Amino acid sequence: MNTHRFAALAAFAFTLLSSAAYAETQLTVYTAFEAVDLQRYADTFNADHPDIKINWVRDSTGVMTAKLLAEKDNPQADVVWGVAASSLLMLKGEGMLEAYAPAGVEKLDPKFVDSSTPPSWVGMDAYVAAICYNTVEAKKLGLTPPKSWKDLTKPEYKDHIVMPNPASSGTGFLDVSAWLQMFGEKDAWSFMDGLHTNISSYTHSGSKPCKMAGAGETVIGVSFEFPGAKAKSAGAPIDIIFPEEGSGWEAEAGAIMAGTSKLEAAKVLMDWSISKKANEMYNVGYAVLAMPGVAKPVENLPTDVASKMIKNDFEWAATNRNAILKEWSKRYDSKSEPKS
Amino acid sequence: MAAVTDTLMPSGRLPRQHLDRDDMVKRGLMIVISLYLIISLAAPLYVMLSKSFSTYSFDLTAYEFQVSDAAGNFGQTATAATLNDRLSLLSPDKLATNADGRLAATSFFPEFSFRSPVKYRIRGTTPDTAYLIGSDLHRGTEWQELDSNTFRRVALRSSRSTGLDNYISYFSTPSLFRSVQNSLFIAVISTVFTVGIAFGFAYAISRSCMRFKGAFRMIAMAPILVPSLLPGIALIYLFGNQGMIRDVLFGTSIYGPLGIVIGSVFFTFPHALIIISTALAISDQRHYEAAASLRASKWRTFWTVTIPGARFGLISAAFVVFTLVITDFGLPKVIGGQYNVLAVDIYKQVIGQQNFEMGAVVSVILLIPALAAFVVDRLVQKKQVALLSARSVPYAPKPNRKFDFYCLMWCTLVAIFIVGILLVCQLAALVKFWPYDLTLSLKNFAFNHMDGGGWGSYKNSIQLAALTAVFGTIIVFTGAYMVEKTEGFWKGRAVFHFLAMLPMAVPGLVLGLAYIFFFNNPANPLHPIYGTMAILVVCTITHFYTVGHLTALTALKQIDGEFESVAASLKQPFYKLFAKVTVPVCLPAILDISIYLFVNAMTTVSAVVFIYSADTALASVAVLNMDDAGDIAPAAAMGMMIFYTNVLARLVHAFLSRAVLARTQAWRTRG
Repeated sequence: MNTHRFAALAAFAFTLLSSAAYAETQLTVYTAFEAVDLQRYADTFNADHPDIKINWVRDSTGVMTAKLLAEKDNPQADVVWGVAASSLLMLKGEGMLEAYAPAGVEKLDPKFVDSSTPPSWVGMDAYVAAICYNTVEAKKLGLTPPKSWKDLTKPEYKDHIVMPNPASSGTGFLDVSAWLQMFGEKDAWSFMDGLHTNISSYTHSGSKPCKMAGAGETVIGVSFEFPGAKAKSAGAPIDIIFPEEGSGWEAEAGAIMAGTSKLEAAKVLMDWSISKKANEMYNVGYAVLAMPGVAKPVENLPTDVASKMIKNDFEWAATNRNAILKEWSKRYDSKSEPKS
Repeated sequence: MAAVTDTLMPSGRLPRQHLDRDDMVKRGLMIVISLYLIISLAAPLYVMLSKSFSTYSFDLTAYEFQVSDAAGNFGQTATAATLNDRLSLLSPDKLATNADGRLAATSFFPEFSFRSPVKYRIRGTTPDTAYLIGSDLHRGTEWQELDSNTFRRVALRSSRSTGLDNYISYFSTPSLFRSVQNSLFIAVISTVFTVGIAFGFAYAISRSCMRFKGAFRMIAMAPILVPSLLPGIALIYLFGNQGMIRDVLFGTSIYGPLGIVIGSVFFTFPHALIIISTALAISDQRHYEAAASLRASKWRTFWTVTIPGARFGLISAAFVVFTLVITDFGLPKVIGGQYNVLAVDIYKQVIGQQNFEMGAVVSVILLIPALAAFVVDRLVQKKQVALLSARSVPYAPKPNRKFDFYCLMWCTLVAIFIVGILLVCQLAALVKFWPYDLTLSLKNFAFNHMDGGGWGSYKNSIQLAALTAVFGTIIVFTGAYMVEKTEGFWKGRAVFHFLAMLPMAVPGLVLGLAYIFFFNNPANPLHPIYGTMAILVVCTITHFYTVGHLTALTALKQIDGEFESVAASLKQPFYKLFAKVTVPVCLPAILDISIYLFVNAMTTVSAVVFIYSADTALASVAVLNMDDAGDIAPAAAMGMMIFYTNVLARLVHAFLSRAVLARTQAWRTRG
């Protein structure tokens, strides 16, 4: 055997081995993406990067955040992809995120990118607060549809409104923090005092009020646009109302966990997650995308959802979250008398 | 006498029981199972207890500030504590917070304006002192110089210490404290109703000659086969705002205590019935004959003979129901509306607010009523005297048309209630889009498009139930055998008994939370099982240990201890006896333990809800999560899948039991 051939063989073997090793890169990805979307997202990603396998660990935003924080000293995830930006801000405050500017981050709308340079997280898409309004039940009761948040305090809606509890639901908190930012502290609390008298119950999850409205269990569900569009497609007689003052919103975002042993693969995934192709992929369910100019209309949603979004200060919300929830619980939890 | 022996006999060694190899093996096994119970129960509870004392607050002495004048010359260094004392800004209760606490640094500078040219410096006094600039974490004793506009974004982070603060803040929050009252209220009301209804039912079955007793018995056991939150879903379909018969309530809302109580009666009914039936079954015909010969009225006989005879059963049933209701959280979560209870508070604190410490505090508080109920029940059990003596004559009811008719009515009403709830769930699962599209479809069984883990969670549940049944039965029965058939070693056996009874007093939710604290600690060598099926199996076996243990003990006590002596004198090792005599004789009890573990593993939510992972999502938890997301119909569908699986398991169990009885228990009847 001549040395030349041996070298070629060795090189070949080396390529085989290294590509095999590379093909085995498995990323543990924590997510709160909708369960139905996971397989589609992974398949679309693997079409471009067959060498990186995504192992999803999925749960609702609240549970996922609790899990991530509980694992603070020994993180199990390599990447977080599809978890609320405000949750990622909490992780950032614990020093759990690896700052990284994905390729093409400058093409994103700046409100979808962490304010530090390099950013610790980048956004994919947004869900926007909205009111789900059951037209059939409203007609039976002779109600008129609300146009604004402030309309919800009208006496005619008494006991016909359901909203998520901000202490247990991210959606509930984004509503409350948006009202505080839009109306100012004093007006916001007096608005919520009025709203509270009309609320029939506070739910634990953010999409439930909309589904309850869809099923006629309540007339008005304070929720967000995504479950509204879904319920409408399933045959629910609801209108999705975006109040005229503007809506709070939350970004689904991604980040690399500090200390991951698979930093290169994680960066590849982050780069891809903000690409045009990825944004088109998110567009199937979400009307507002991080990359401007990509979004196509989503069934049952208006085309101008993005214009309803207020200027949301995630950092302010994160810093004041505890104080807001304390005040909220003091005002409304203790008044939660049995309604029998 | 003693003195005499002392003088006559040289004082030798005290007589000691000779320990042979069998005894050593038995004790060894007992210690192994004790260790299992300590690791899977006592240690996690201890960790949780210590977690409830871990508090978070802002340590103001750990931060130092300097402020410049407009020209940029910095003045004196002052700690946040000094500033706070000087200006009396924040009271101590404002400094208590949770792990995610953030305190704006500007709160120490009342004259602060973000437009001013004044500059600020901040540093920690220890290397661990943490603060945020914007959302970036900074630590340490290095000075950071910031302009006013940036300083506005500085927040101090909380630090950990130990103390009673969590308890103090719990009891000073009126909304949280109200949960204690609410929990006690619904638990007491549900207990009164369940025990009353179950007593009537058991009385009818044991004391009347009505027909269909077998069918009634079967129906009465059905609620055990479904998760506790399923009746909540049925009640929403019946009495919710779009309910089928909501007008029955005259505008009263089903969401709240009413719904919780009705649902609780449904799911606790079989538990109460089993206990009360047993108590009523052991009654002596002679007492009634005596009462009749004394011309006591039926009413008087009932209060002087029947009730006293069954009183221990009634008390025991009451405590079991009380504990079940106060620790259940599925039902109040589904149908509780705005009515806060302890069990839901734990969930809200941990899942909603990531406040694990407060969750631990509520858990400890929830342990108190459960432990109290357990202790009282044990004390009462000790007073129970044998009603059944060798001369007892079993009570034989005589036909009485009027009485039998009332009994039949009562049982029919209860049966309609139980079957009705299940039928409504079945309907809910099949209707396409209640109440607007009433066509029937199987769309709601497409679990893969929902939260909660899809059909995979159903497979996981069956796997969990099967593993729990197999390993649980082995562990429980072996443990019971070792403790029952070991000679001497009293102290060890007492400890073992205590450990085996303890799970009964620990609410599932508390156990689950304790598991997070204990197993999700990287320093724990058992940490790798966190997030796997193994931890779910361990948790479920431990959660339902006690009932299996008691069943095994009852069966083992029926086997004469002479078997051991005979085997020993024939020089047969104990394991041969165990395999060839004990296990075959106890097979019916062993099957009972395994079906009990299987059914409960299928339906349990409370313990596993905190420790399941994405790969080990469970059907029962999926019911909870789908309902939580507002997908009530699929939740009902999954609940019914659990029900049918359990019915099937029961049928297999009945078939096996019969086969076993025919093959190995022939000796019980004389040929």
